[in-house]
Amino acid sequence: MTGADAMVKCLEKEGVQVVFGYPGVAICPFYNSVLDSEIRTVLIRTEQNAAHCASGYARISGKPGVCVVTSGPGATNLITGVATAFADSIPLVCITGQVNSSMIGSDVFQEADITGAVESFVKYSYLVRNVEDIPHIFKEAFYIANSGRKGPVLIDIPCDIQNEAIGRFTYPENISMRTYKPTVEGNMVQIKKVIREIEHAKKPIICVGGGVTLSGAVDEIRSFAEKYQIPVVSTMMGIGVMPAKHPLYYGMVGNNGRRYANRAMNESDLLLMVGARVADRAVNRPDLITEDKVLVHIDVDPAEIGKNVGPTIPLVGDIRHIFDAVLGQEFKTEDHSQWIESLNGYRNTMKEKRPQIGEEYADPSAFIPKLAAQMDDDAVYVADVGQNQIWSTAFYDIRDGGRFLTSGGMGTMGYSIPAAMGARIAAPKRQVVAVCGDGAFQMSMMELGTMAQHDIRIKIVVMRNNYLGMVREYQHFTYHDHYSVVDIAGKPDLDKLAQAYGLGYLKVDGHCDMDEQIRSFLKDDSSMLMEVMVDPTDLVKA
Amino acid sequence: MKRIYSVLVENRAGVLCKVAGLFSRRCFNIDSLAVGETDSKDVSCMTIVSSGDERTIEQIEKQLNKKLDVIKVKTFAESSSISRELMLIKVKYNPGSRRDIMETCEIMKAQIVDMSTTMMMIQICDQPERIQLFLSMLKSISIVEVARTGTLALQKCMDSENGK
Repeated sequence: MTGADAMVKCLEKEGVQVVFGYPGVAICPFYNSVLDSEIRTVLIRTEQNAAHCASGYARISGKPGVCVVTSGPGATNLITGVATAFADSIPLVCITGQVNSSMIGSDVFQEADITGAVESFVKYSYLVRNVEDIPHIFKEAFYIANSGRKGPVLIDIPCDIQNEAIGRFTYPENISMRTYKPTVEGNMVQIKKVIREIEHAKKPIICVGGGVTLSGAVDEIRSFAEKYQIPVVSTMMGIGVMPAKHPLYYGMVGNNGRRYANRAMNESDLLLMVGARVADRAVNRPDLITEDKVLVHIDVDPAEIGKNVGPTIPLVGDIRHIFDAVLGQEFKTEDHSQWIESLNGYRNTMKEKRPQIGEEYADPSAFIPKLAAQMDDDAVYVADVGQNQIWSTAFYDIRDGGRFLTSGGMGTMGYSIPAAMGARIAAPKRQVVAVCGDGAFQMSMMELGTMAQHDIRIKIVVMRNNYLGMVREYQHFTYHDHYSVVDIAGKPDLDKLAQAYGLGYLKVDGHCDMDEQIRSFLKDDSSMLMEVMVDPTDLVKA
Repeated sequence: MKRIYSVLVENRAGVLCKVAGLFSRRCFNIDSLAVGETDSKDVSCMTIVSSGDERTIEQIEKQLNKKLDVIKVKTFAESSSISRELMLIKVKYNPGSRRDIMETCEIMKAQIVDMSTTMMMIQICDQPERIQLFLSMLKSISIVEVARTGTLALQKCMDSENGK
């Protein structure tokens, strides 16, 4: 048995069913060994997308996504994908080939110090120096990636170590690391302190973040909100914790969020921040938020508490465990009906303004709800980055069982198509729709080849305005229409492009029957490309 | 505000880089940094002196604890610790300055550890501020080279402290 065989065996032991990657000489021993296993390999068209695929896969399957690439440029290409996963706490195990051990440090062909380069974007990294270390390193890597605050772990393995014979393969049953013991159970004294605040609050609100989904606490949070009649708002990463039409849900907060959601959060007297970082996009002035309210910050990562906002009542632990514990306690709260009534008032009266749109164009605020209405309840909606993302957060009404994926922290353009592919592989029966702009589409359109080759069926919506719309909008407001480098000249004919890859193609503009086009788009399981003509002057903020 | 972090880490390749990288990436200051093995071969102790406001100081501790190579972080103010720094300093002397240098060394409890016909090397091990003082006392003569370890510190002994 060689090191490469051992690597494959480790993946099998971890129940890995698919790896996303791109081979090269330094990782060839692994790709040679994986051929003899049941593990499916997906050849991606560029390494960054291998990490995004693994991210989409991880978010839907709940298991770490695995990507395997070669040394040098293969490894460095992966970095943006790793950083994207790190920012959103998505569990990945990234395996990179490395040049032979004896060559490391001499700048040979395709050598890159990848563990050094990704240091600030990974939860942990390994450079394997001894073939016998492979089993426990893999065991640790999977454990670290998918526990505590989840995130990517990178394992760099020199080619000679993959080829070396391994004496004896035993996969560790358990792992115990003296430097890594994430807090799971919440401290009962702190939990009781929080309950006392909830008892006395007149205008409490819960703000849910991505951590709620990551800890599998969606049911607990909903039960808690419903039992005590506490309104809920969310960050972008928290979309989907509550169905959009839930009576207690008031939408996404932040500079691109609903005005009534921000108002609800601002007027509360108790804010339960759950699995959210209180980052700049969600809370404009974190330093001011505690001026007139009590802030309870619940997170599995103690370093997030007090990083952006303070002072708070900190509660460290896994959200599901904590809310289980809270739901296990009996207590009474104030009557919140008046508070809820006023929030309902804001929701009904504070309508978002929309700009005037040319009649030849499709209005995203009309198109996205129509798309949502025809999508399956448990569909996966993957929004890219840009205006399309903000419109998606505003107009996509997610239902119970649905998922909303996007690159929240890093804002990585091109995320939606590969992430949707990964999601579809994790759930081959679920409808998966990627929504992107024409800028982001051109950052990952090479994956149409991967979709065709591996029969990965997803629906792609390209919102086309021939501009980098979000930056254009920024230049509209900040530089008074002094547009610089936002016109995406060169116009790929998406109809022809779809044909080239054997995809179905549909077009939506201001004149067509939108519902009919969406029906054709979603009618069967095949991959489809839909081009939605969007007014270049349209804005996310009117 | 000055703060001393005594950080026990896994004695492995690359750990120093990871810890130092954490400081630079998050714009935390490092005033000094000293690393060495402890009584157990697989554990190193890093003594880091840093400064910043209260939130920064708390974040440094939390971020250090988050690193997977960090076993334990102890943090304390200078006042509750015993701190020492070692300095080696090479100076040029002449018949006129020789006596002055030797007297300064005597007053400051520094030792002359090496010499030639024109130069001598002095060693001093003391509290960081005394090291600074000694250095300033020698400013008038010609300093050739200086090497300092950076601060080493441990929390003062307390009877309640129970081994490690």
